[in-house]
Amino acid sequence: MAIDLSQFYQVFFEEAAEHLAAMESLLLGLDVNNPSMDDLNAIFRSAHSVKGGAGTFGFTDMTEVTHVLETLLDKLRKQEMTLTDEMVTAFLEAGDVISMQLAAHRGEGEVDERAVSEVREKLERLTAAPQSSPPEAAPEIDESPVALPPQDPGYGFFDDLPETPAAVEEDQGYGFFTETPAMKAEAETKQGYGFFEELPKPQPATIAAPTAASQEASRRKKETSATPAAGTGDEITFGKRVTDRAAATAETSSIRVSVEKVDQLINLMGELVITQSMLAQAAMNIDGTVDENLQRNLHQLERNTRGMQEAVMSIRMMPISFVFSRFPRLVRELSGKLNKQVEMKMVGESTELDKGLIEKISDPMTHLVRNSLDHGIESPEKRIAAGKNPCGTLTLKASHQGGNIVIEVSDDGGGLNRGKILQKAREKGLPVRDDMSDQEVWALIMEPGFSTAEVVTDVSGRGVGMDVVRRNIAELGGRVELDSVEGHGSRVIIRLPLTLAILDGLSVSVGHETYIIPLNAIIESLPGAAADIKTVSGQGHLLRVRGEHLPIVALHQVFGVETKITEPEKGILVLMEAESRKIALFVDELVGQHQVVIKSLESNYRRVPCVSGATIMGDGRVALILDVGALIRIK
Amino acid sequence: MASNQEAPAGSHSAVSNNEFLTFTLGKEEYGIDILRVQEIRGYDAVTAIANTPEFIKGVINLRGVIVPIVDMRIKFKLGKVEYNQFTVVIILNLSHRVVGMVVDGVSDVITLTAEQIKAAPEFSSALDTQYIMGLGAVDQRMIILMDIEKLMSSRDMDLIDRVAA
Repeated sequence: MAIDLSQFYQVFFEEAAEHLAAMESLLLGLDVNNPSMDDLNAIFRSAHSVKGGAGTFGFTDMTEVTHVLETLLDKLRKQEMTLTDEMVTAFLEAGDVISMQLAAHRGEGEVDERAVSEVREKLERLTAAPQSSPPEAAPEIDESPVALPPQDPGYGFFDDLPETPAAVEEDQGYGFFTETPAMKAEAETKQGYGFFEELPKPQPATIAAPTAASQEASRRKKETSATPAAGTGDEITFGKRVTDRAAATAETSSIRVSVEKVDQLINLMGELVITQSMLAQAAMNIDGTVDENLQRNLHQLERNTRGMQEAVMSIRMMPISFVFSRFPRLVRELSGKLNKQVEMKMVGESTELDKGLIEKISDPMTHLVRNSLDHGIESPEKRIAAGKNPCGTLTLKASHQGGNIVIEVSDDGGGLNRGKILQKAREKGLPVRDDMSDQEVWALIMEPGFSTAEVVTDVSGRGVGMDVVRRNIAELGGRVELDSVEGHGSRVIIRLPLTLAILDGLSVSVGHETYIIPLNAIIESLPGAAADIKTVSGQGHLLRVRGEHLPIVALHQVFGVETKITEPEKGILVLMEAESRKIALFVDELVGQHQVVIKSLESNYRRVPCVSGATIMGDGRVALILDVGALIRIK
Repeated sequence: MASNQEAPAGSHSAVSNNEFLTFTLGKEEYGIDILRVQEIRGYDAVTAIANTPEFIKGVINLRGVIVPIVDMRIKFKLGKVEYNQFTVVIILNLSHRVVGMVVDGVSDVITLTAEQIKAAPEFSSALDTQYIMGLGAVDQRMIILMDIEKLMSSRDMDLIDRVAA
């Protein structure tokens, strides 16, 4: 029976792309002098899977390249050859070529045949090249900066390996992987030494050891080595990152679902939440004693709806490592091109955020990483002259802060030069003063067409960087902040809303209208009657609270709503904070706290000043969600 | 189908099937391509939006979608502006968005032959001639055929974000 294979193409494309990505991240994490056998096996498996798939679907060009790649990897895996830096580079290039072929099969782009044959020749030459030194499991032990105990538990494991080749190749799951954490942790410790040497402060050991095997690993390690196995804490080096990822693939079982289906589910969920709150509102009007059962069941419905909402929303949440993982390669290549030594650190890469955001922040982040490498981190000579470690550090960090996700790209390079920025700004005719605050000066480099790079390189410096970053982030409802100390480095902080779909909010009424204030912006609220309200030159109102004077913004004035309550003393003051500025928002009264589904006003209408979106209330009416940042800025 | 809505105004072939929904504004009768009409509903629970032109009444919740409502009577200064249970909103499904418009009343659906559609002459009115596809003549009635897609996406209506400078 003839089967139309083309229906499976899409699955193959996605899987092959995943395998290639996994291979690349493993390659980048590989310690050339002391490659982990486990990583080599994993790389081999990835290449093998791509080859197998390509063969099945008759993509012979891909099969040919992967075959050469696999041959060399096989020799490494069997320890017939030792890994060299050249090989890693060749593998990475091969990965690029295969990706290119894959794209061509997808109908996107064309194959550069010259690159294909070059890579094949390179790999064949490397495979054929005789190697003098007989390979040994881990001959570099003595060279590692901290002496490992001679009875390295890893040896015992490595020796076992040849006995279980079947498990390695066929069973990608349990038999092989339950054992891996022991070995991985080992590899990580070895890589970790090089890393820790430069990092004097001790790191807390916070890595969870989820499997019995990894607990076993740490136990064994404690017996044989004084260094804690999971010493990296939250700090993630290449080795650690790869370890996590490989372990994650082994432990999670997942299904592939199209994004449209998830979005559909989320839309329906939103409708359900609205229906539920409509029901709850309707039930409030019924005398509670009439039907206790109804009330109880409605409460149950509310709980279940909320639980389901959280579960559905979490489907769209993805760890930020999806973005971070593309940077090791970029850093490796750029630092080579720029003749700089750069070490990359990642912190908090398991921080989750909405998938839609993940896709949109990768471009701005690439800009920032390129900027840091090109302008931030100095050449090794300059660094030595400045008394710094010749190897610069680039840190990517992600964390949750309230309802926001905060992403930081920082480097320990030269930092921004205040004088140079001011001078450049004057040349560009921007209004600047010498007494501007640092923050204001740094903000200048986010103006369109602004670049202080002395030399425009092909990496960056054309002055199209930071303003694009700022614009892209602003489109996502986020903000960019810059921080820099000359001679010590600079830091770019991106703040983004966690999700684009749901919000905890406080509803307030003004006249006949209801507005939603995002809960994360609210500090507190107090009745106007009890507040210490002062007037300024007879018109502006100020609220004095705990020694601070906050401007009072009357919402009915901002939105031109008619209301009977026009004196702050008669209404409610809601203290809000955004961008480290505070205001007191004067509203008629507080209505309640809700979890609201954010609906776009822009899909059918347009942006409205001081409004970040809309939602549908329990009674079916539309309520506008306030943009606290904008409200604060109008003051 | 109605994919050739982007055709130049005044062109006879702008609507291929020549079926129009007619509605009244004051004493005038207007027609719009029937395929642009999603539904007709009453005027209810409109949430006002601050600092908008008077004819933009606000937004409504149309089964979970936020839809802006414009009052054509205010926009064209026609008819008596009052809101009661007889107020009619035509929900339009345009190529990129859903918009509701308040009119005095919906009359019927008519089919016009190409001969019945005449090019609109140049004249000044609240409705710029560039938004008029033509004039339809049925018996003694004159129906102003509106290029609703073009009108609703025009700057005059202020329904769409102006491209940032």
